[in-house]
Amino acid sequence: MTDHIVPVKTYLLVFLALLVGTALTTGMAFVDLGPFNGIVALTIAMIKAVLVVLFFMHVKYSSKMTRATIVSAAVFLLILLTLSMTDYVTRPWSGTYGAGRAQSGNEK
Amino acid sequence: MSDSTSAIHVLKHHFADLDQQRETSTFGMWLFLVTEIMFFGGMFCAYLVYRVLYFNSFGAASTTLSIQLGTTNTAVLICSSLTMAMAVHAAATGHRKAIILFLVLTLLLGGVFIGIKGVEYYDKFQERHVPGPNFNFVLEGAEAKHFQHVDPHAAEIYFSLYFCMTGLHALHMLIGFGLITWLIIAATRGKFTPEYYSPVELVGLYWHFVDIVWIFLFPLLYLISRHP
Repeated sequence: MTDHIVPVKTYLLVFLALLVGTALTTGMAFVDLGPFNGIVALTIAMIKAVLVVLFFMHVKYSSKMTRATIVSAAVFLLILLTLSMTDYVTRPWSGTYGAGRAQSGNEK
Repeated sequence: MSDSTSAIHVLKHHFADLDQQRETSTFGMWLFLVTEIMFFGGMFCAYLVYRVLYFNSFGAASTTLSIQLGTTNTAVLICSSLTMAMAVHAAATGHRKAIILFLVLTLLLGGVFIGIKGVEYYDKFQERHVPGPNFNFVLEGAEAKHFQHVDPHAAEIYFSLYFCMTGLHALHMLIGFGLITWLIIAATRGKFTPEYYSPVELVGLYWHFVDIVWIFLFPLLYLISRHP
């Protein structure tokens, strides 16, 4: 049997790391880091998600085909998010984003 | 192990051996999860677009969520992911009673999550923060000073996304409850052996995926624009 059985100790360590990550992200939310608050929160979320995928979902021990499928899904999701955001974030820069939007653009 | 009698019993005729059968089912489940990633990805994209557009109002609306309940729920869901992982481990090592115990624990923790989510939804109904004709969003006290020029319509968009995303997440959990109940019944009947426990493994993947969605929903919905 090539099926890898993950030791219980690994599960417990990942579990502890996830709880620490949750405490950390909640704590950091109350520290004013300016624009970096969002970056810190999403970085911690990414690390937690990768831990779950690698160990709880056994991807660390799975075949190359399964891994390639997951990585390609992540890449396509990033394409969706980055291309959409490059559009929406840069629209106000051109100044042709519509008079109605100008107000909400200055909202912050 | 592929030549033992129990292994022959669980091997479907169109697979060469148990390894190939297991690999195929795991791969198939991941393909389904990939469609789920893109499905939730669309919602996250909509959220990001409106968050950038109505930055301040989204921050203001976000602070009305209970951070205590949100953090507790995150911890509860992580605990349920651990018990699910332990159920898969018990199945792989052939401990039938442990499979049932860990699956029941997972179900209970999932129930706690949905219960807390229900309390949060009830509070939102009480505060008239549910999008619709009765929607009303007025900040009071220190929050009103901190967030200026809040647009109630933008706050309504925030709560629309909040209810869509957490609602779809909760729906996935309810489907998970059905799947876990099915596993508990099958485990009681002794359907799972170390040679064949794919259903436990695959429902495990599904459950962990639902956990990952929450890992991203929590900071985006609860933690933006918190301040001392």
